[in-house]
Amino acid sequence: MSLFQPELSDFERATVQSDIEQISRPSLSYWQDAWVRLKKNTRALVSLGIIILLAIFTLIGPLVWRVDPALQDLNQVSQAPSWPKPAIVVEPYESWDGIRLDDYAGPENYPDTLPAPENFRTVGEATTQRVRLTWDQVPDADGYNIYRNNRLPQDFNDLGLPLGSTYGDELSYEDRLSLEAREYYYAVVPTDGIDEFENYTLLQVSPKLALTLDEALARNLVDVQDNVRPGDEITIEFHPLGTDYLGRDMLARLMEGARVSLFIGIVAPLLYVMVGIMYGGFAGYFGGRLDAVLMRFADFVVALPFLLFMILFKIAFGIGPGESGIFPMLIALVLLGWPATARLVRGQVLQIREQGYIEAARLLGAKDHYLIMRHIIPNTMGVILVTLTFAVPAAIFTEAFLSFIGMGVAPPTPSWGSMCNEGVKTMLSHPHELIFPALFISVTVLAFNLLGDGLTEALDSRMRSRD
Amino acid sequence: MLMYTIKRLIAGVITVWFIATATFIAMHQVPGDPLMNDKAVTAEIRANLEKKYGLDKPVTHQYFIFLGNMLKGDFGISFTQQNRRVNDIIQDHFPVSATLGILAILFASMGGILWGALTAIYRNRMPDIIIMFLVILGISVPSFVFAALGQLLLVNINSMLGQSVIPVAGWGTIWHMLMPALVLGLGTMAFLTRLMRSSMLEVVNEDYIKTARAKGLSPTRIFFRHQLRNAILPVVTVLGPQIAVITTGGFVVELVFAIPGLGRYFVQAVQQLDYTVIMGTTVFYGAFLVLMVIIVDILYGFIDPRVRLA
Repeated sequence: MSLFQPELSDFERATVQSDIEQISRPSLSYWQDAWVRLKKNTRALVSLGIIILLAIFTLIGPLVWRVDPALQDLNQVSQAPSWPKPAIVVEPYESWDGIRLDDYAGPENYPDTLPAPENFRTVGEATTQRVRLTWDQVPDADGYNIYRNNRLPQDFNDLGLPLGSTYGDELSYEDRLSLEAREYYYAVVPTDGIDEFENYTLLQVSPKLALTLDEALARNLVDVQDNVRPGDEITIEFHPLGTDYLGRDMLARLMEGARVSLFIGIVAPLLYVMVGIMYGGFAGYFGGRLDAVLMRFADFVVALPFLLFMILFKIAFGIGPGESGIFPMLIALVLLGWPATARLVRGQVLQIREQGYIEAARLLGAKDHYLIMRHIIPNTMGVILVTLTFAVPAAIFTEAFLSFIGMGVAPPTPSWGSMCNEGVKTMLSHPHELIFPALFISVTVLAFNLLGDGLTEALDSRMRSRD
Repeated sequence: MLMYTIKRLIAGVITVWFIATATFIAMHQVPGDPLMNDKAVTAEIRANLEKKYGLDKPVTHQYFIFLGNMLKGDFGISFTQQNRRVNDIIQDHFPVSATLGILAILFASMGGILWGALTAIYRNRMPDIIIMFLVILGISVPSFVFAALGQLLLVNINSMLGQSVIPVAGWGTIWHMLMPALVLGLGTMAFLTRLMRSSMLEVVNEDYIKTARAKGLSPTRIFFRHQLRNAILPVVTVLGPQIAVITTGGFVVELVFAIPGLGRYFVQAVQQLDYTVIMGTTVFYGAFLVLMVIIVDILYGFIDPRVRLA
């Protein structure tokens, strides 16, 4: 048997027939993959949207809503939320003589009852400056009582106490008593000088919101240059979220407060997470005795009673006159906040350090600093991002908490927490002063918490293998 | 076990020393001193007062005097509350804070375990969805808002009944404690519910549950003996740190409900730079928390046989 001698013609050029080698789907990086998973999570996406809205509210809001958050208006203290209202500019008030009978000589008879006055009407335009009323004379009446009610009176007893009264020769009344732009029910009742009679005439009046030019100028509603004349219509300032106990606009203060609360809530965690990464990374990477000493120190810091030391440190770093106290709080948060991240990062680094690819990189001659920057830190980023997301609501809570007990930012700087502190005092009568800042804190914390949950799921590699 | 306890106690003592030192340093960083308010009218009076309180000595000397006294269990006399010993202040007001805290933690842990187990049983069904929604709310709303709402609720209840059934503020009877403890525990309860739920869901897939089922144990027995007992472990672990959160978290609740706890005295002392009261309350609180964490860790050994070896 001869040995098989292959010739070149016996060989056939191999071609790849199947598409096994092809990558059917685009390859995704870790972060792309995480983003795909996050996009499937509706709650996390909505939270992300809320956070973006909050950022817009904080950064762009003050440019759109140009009201000075520190401007006090003691005429408008603790007002409920309101919408823009048109107002007319009127001439300055001029006294009114009213309508009088020249030849009035008192009643001739004293009948048992008197009819209700007829033709009860307003004189001129009814504005919040004044409402002028007149009516026809009732024979034998020696005076009239005028009533004002906010709702339709059911009968004579429902009228309450009179607003004022006139003598028999006076057939008019001028009401200037804190008028608002709303419906009023005026009633006029004739008297015989002593007794009232139960016949009354009703008149429904809705005074128009009106300001004199001086008032409009004093409240900065118009400029002198605007050349506003009486009779013109202007828009009166309004407070979509009401005003606080000093008449400051709540919306503007919430925006200003958002800057403080979110600044502390985001910058402090960023700083202390960074400190934690460096500290924990250092301890975990070098290990051994150094690790033991460093982590023992971190244990001590964790054992410090957090709030007590927040207060103590904040005071220790001092607030000068006119300062807001934001920076002492920031420093205190960083000083006390870092150990949690440090522990976490250290644990991660200890795990990653033993991985094969680190060994491989080291064999190839990678230096410590390259390994840390290129391999270890990027691999801990997922966990760190999640920590950061959960640290933000915690920091916002701490700020709110401290400001609430009066150890936070110094007035007049608003923060959501200090606004709650002010609002809680008038909670029963003006709930909006507590509700709005509390709502902002809650929604922000909620959004960051839900986003954190979503990120945990999106970045957790154990979750990944599940589907 | 004994060795472990002793080791932990020694570490605890060092921790307390660290807390004391950190407090001392931070406190002396604050500009001014306790005598700056109104007492030291003239230089002579000031000198006498400094001598009386030992402020004339160098700071390091003061530190060692303080440490020595602390070892004897004496925190000194208050600067601002005349002739009142710091020990007395702690003795008078700490039990109030502690009672409130214990009630709150009891309420939070029982509620958390109960709701957590419930949500795990009814996973993705109505009770689960409702409870988890409330939990999210509990985590996101600050305690002072709950405190304010709680008070509002009491006002409404009382005015509806026409008499003051549950007091709105103050301290004294068990009725005073109910609402503050409830409010104080809410955040922790929400946190524990979440933890308990995920822990229950993890345990349910474990092999020993399958084994128990295969052995033919009744579902109730499996639930209580196997699932619940194992799922509780993570809850117990966080209980130590949560005690710390609750006891200091009591500040706000004490403030809103006008409860004479220790928190108010600490805030007051910091504002007036009352050195001895600051040191006393901080060290005492710190020691209390350290002890709590140690106790929880030791208790943990009894619940989980696996860590007893540590």
